[in-house]
Amino acid sequence: MSPRLVPHATDPVRRMETPVTVTVDGEPVRGIAGQTVAGLLLASGRTAWRATGSGAPRGVFCGIGVCFDCLVTVNGERDVRACRRRVHEGDAVSTQARDERGER
Amino acid sequence: MSAGTGGTGRHVVGRHVVVVGAGPAGLAAADAALAAGARVTLVDSAEQPGGQYHRMLPDAYEAANPDVLQHGYNAFEQRSMRVIGHRRSTWLADTSVWAIERDDPSRAPLVHVLTGGLPRERRTLRPDALVLAPGAHDRVLPFPGWELPGVFTAGAAQALAKGERVAVGDRVVVAGTGPFLLPVAVSLLEAGSRVVEVLEAARAASATRGWLRKPWELAAQAGKTGELASYTAALARERVPYLPGRAVIEARGDGRVEEVVSARVRGDWSVVPGTERVTAADAVCVGHGFTPRLELAVASGCELRGSAPAEVFVEVDGEQRTSAPGVYAAGEVTGIAGAPAARAEGAVAGWFAAGGDPSARTLAPLRRARDQGRAFAERLAHAHPVGREWPGWLRGDTIVCRCEETDYAAVCAAAGDPVSSEARVARLGTRAGLGPCQGRMCGVTVAELRARLGAPDPDPAAPHRRPVAEPIRLAELAAPPAEREG
Amino acid sequence: MDRTRVVILGAGIVGSACARELALAGCDVLVIDRGGPAAATTSHGEGNILLSDKGPGPELELAKLSRRLWPEVLTDLGGLAVQAEWQPKGGIVVATTRAGADGLRPFAASQRASGVVAEAMDADALRAAEPHVTREHTAAVHYPQDAQVQPAGAAAALLSGALAAGASLRSGREVLGGVVRGGRLTGVRTSHGTLEGDVFLNAAGPWSGELAARLGAPVDIRPRRGEVLVTTPLPPTVFHKVYDADYVGAVGSGAGDLQTSAVVEATLAGSVLLGSSRRRVGFDARTRPEVLSAIAAKALRLFPSLARVPVMRAYGGFRPYVPDHLPVIGPDPRLAGLWHASGHEGAGIGLSVGTARLVRALLDGREPEIDAGPFRVDRPAVLGEDVPAGSTAGEETT
Repeated sequence: MSPRLVPHATDPVRRMETPVTVTVDGEPVRGIAGQTVAGLLLASGRTAWRATGSGAPRGVFCGIGVCFDCLVTVNGERDVRACRRRVHEGDAVSTQARDERGER
Repeated sequence: MSAGTGGTGRHVVGRHVVVVGAGPAGLAAADAALAAGARVTLVDSAEQPGGQYHRMLPDAYEAANPDVLQHGYNAFEQRSMRVIGHRRSTWLADTSVWAIERDDPSRAPLVHVLTGGLPRERRTLRPDALVLAPGAHDRVLPFPGWELPGVFTAGAAQALAKGERVAVGDRVVVAGTGPFLLPVAVSLLEAGSRVVEVLEAARAASATRGWLRKPWELAAQAGKTGELASYTAALARERVPYLPGRAVIEARGDGRVEEVVSARVRGDWSVVPGTERVTAADAVCVGHGFTPRLELAVASGCELRGSAPAEVFVEVDGEQRTSAPGVYAAGEVTGIAGAPAARAEGAVAGWFAAGGDPSARTLAPLRRARDQGRAFAERLAHAHPVGREWPGWLRGDTIVCRCEETDYAAVCAAAGDPVSSEARVARLGTRAGLGPCQGRMCGVTVAELRARLGAPDPDPAAPHRRPVAEPIRLAELAAPPAEREG
Repeated sequence: MDRTRVVILGAGIVGSACARELALAGCDVLVIDRGGPAAATTSHGEGNILLSDKGPGPELELAKLSRRLWPEVLTDLGGLAVQAEWQPKGGIVVATTRAGADGLRPFAASQRASGVVAEAMDADALRAAEPHVTREHTAAVHYPQDAQVQPAGAAAALLSGALAAGASLRSGREVLGGVVRGGRLTGVRTSHGTLEGDVFLNAAGPWSGELAARLGAPVDIRPRRGEVLVTTPLPPTVFHKVYDADYVGAVGSGAGDLQTSAVVEATLAGSVLLGSSRRRVGFDARTRPEVLSAIAAKALRLFPSLARVPVMRAYGGFRPYVPDHLPVIGPDPRLAGLWHASGHEGAGIGLSVGTARLVRALLDGREPEIDAGPFRVDRPAVLGEDVPAGSTAGEETT
């Protein structure tokens, strides 16, 4: 009951799989070279990784860099569109929450 | 007007043509501009040419058979190699236009780009002519629960399947309107998803009328109809139900989609009471047509045509010239007409942008193809119109602006108060359109809803006005351009 | 039927504040606008309510009056006030150079002498108040009275208050000319017919000059372009309105070419607004990337840690600029029936409520709470007579 990668062995495009490991909120997650961060997160069974101002979960919506729903922080850089950023070995991905802001 | 806005031919060889977008239209424009003798800079935000139509697998996948996912792959690949390998062409992959600067209103504007991976570099391009071919993105009308994870645009499902080999779900409902739903469903099947059903909101009668009204036009679009026929066959093979006259009106689930509610809709998309039905699904892929990406055209000062918010496009003449000096437009920004028309428009635009001979023989078939493509598009629009009554499935608490979580009730309240009804004031008050996507998702929808509520925005460009066309990090913006052409 | 009929020309924040004040005073108030309420200058600014950038002088007195009135007005507006997003967050002026510090300290001292709360901050106090501000600072002053509103919301609240007090609003009416009888302005011709009245208040912001000319009494109020950058929403990073000490100089300058100085503040939605620029380019609204670039560079000097934060939007607007940097408030001695409430440059949001109070007192024939003389219409800078360089009568705001 979740998104997944087309199994390598049966994929008619006959592609290679070069393993890549990134961390997501500190936890190691394996993917393959060429995936976007969004593709990797979906293929690892995640459908949501961002919390909106109201706390609602969000993941990919448009998949082509237009809707900005899939924003993540990559190696400390916030607001990266997960659907547009290819993964690199060792990337530290962290999820973002847009909490209600207090005054000070 | 400077020597180069086309038409004057011969002595303008060597003009610098900047083409924005490397989809079918942009690639054809670059190809034609090179053929006409221009120096071409082709810009695209992706790593590879192709756009959304020829969505490519990443190089790292080293796919042996990339063509199995693509229609017309060979022709595309040949053109792509020819353009990128040309000695007068510069291919700027991973490059986004973040601003258009009309420094001299008598000529093509400066094009400010961010190029490369991390860190990106700021560059300024000075074209003699600019061809805008940025394409379109899916339009999705809001419905209760559309913000749930597991609801995707139809384009997202296809991009993930074709571009990464990710299937977005196991049990998928494809819904919305238009022939694009078919290849999306087929992409999902190819990726191993079960497509539970395809729901086409247009009723069979409307679709048939639209498709069969002028059969001779269909023959001219043989490539396109053949492509569509192959999708229909694939769906039939997998026994995927294709249900016209039915729309998804709600998605439900705890933290993600678990089921969708669909209902029969009339020709105007009002819901037929008592026809609601619940379908279990872990993904829903929805598309209600396309929204052209108009921000660069608006920033360039191009006049638009059309008044209904969802039917606004760049106005072009027979040579694909916009009202802005030195600026041409091709593809979906001039009207949603599909890849064949986009290719033809691109070739015409590129040729004239380069100052190509206006009496060239190659132009006649291109113009014919373009006009046929446009006629085809008009029929599509007739066959798959967005029904006026779709807001009937909204509730007060249905989110309209996904970024800022502005609901329908807030949009109505602002539109109904004369003190805050002006579009910009309403936007600041409701925050609809002020979030990270800058109204790309909700802008046209909000404009349409506000017009229905009696607060139309007199400026059709308003939903597309984004002087910062792409987010730019402060350090990137603060640094001077690395390169500026004279 | 002896209520004074007031027609307010312009439904920006100044017109809205005046409409409310005069409707409460019992006038028969009609507000017209060629577009919609708050659609132009008002909704294109940052929403500043500042004392910090004003040196001693008449504008500071108007700012102090306005700052005192704002909470009272918002309380009066009750539920309508929510949309104003009032944030009495305070301002911090940071100097990043030796010269900046040398200018800031005596400036703050002179403000203190005029009754402004201006507290010098040491490095620890600054870091505690603004953890992300540059360490490369030379002086800092805290102005707890500075506040911020969402300007279009604030204007909408004031206009709603006016309507509740009996005023009426007609949008989409452009003034084409005046009707003068016996040397008195008795009507304005609009795109939708003639409107009669006893008092016509020019509150058209940067278009006031052109409007006054159409009515036959030109005033030298011109547009001065400004741009603001907006970042994506961030976790809390900037807590006050923070600006560079050189801002005061830029504001007070009359130079037509580009001036930028850093003004950094967060909105309730989490975005950070980065200003500001000043250019005299008429009503030319074209985007100039180098202006945006200059704003970004100045902002990073104050907040280097924002370097990797994305800017998602930029917007610009036109301030109503008067060569001597003072607003124009009161009756026009050249044409009976014509009044002005304009020329606030970038300070109109903050000064709107004080301006409205002055207009009300002047119209009632009462002594206003502060001296309105310096804002009078018949002064050389307003009537288009040359003002010698360097004779700026007061400091100015965004």
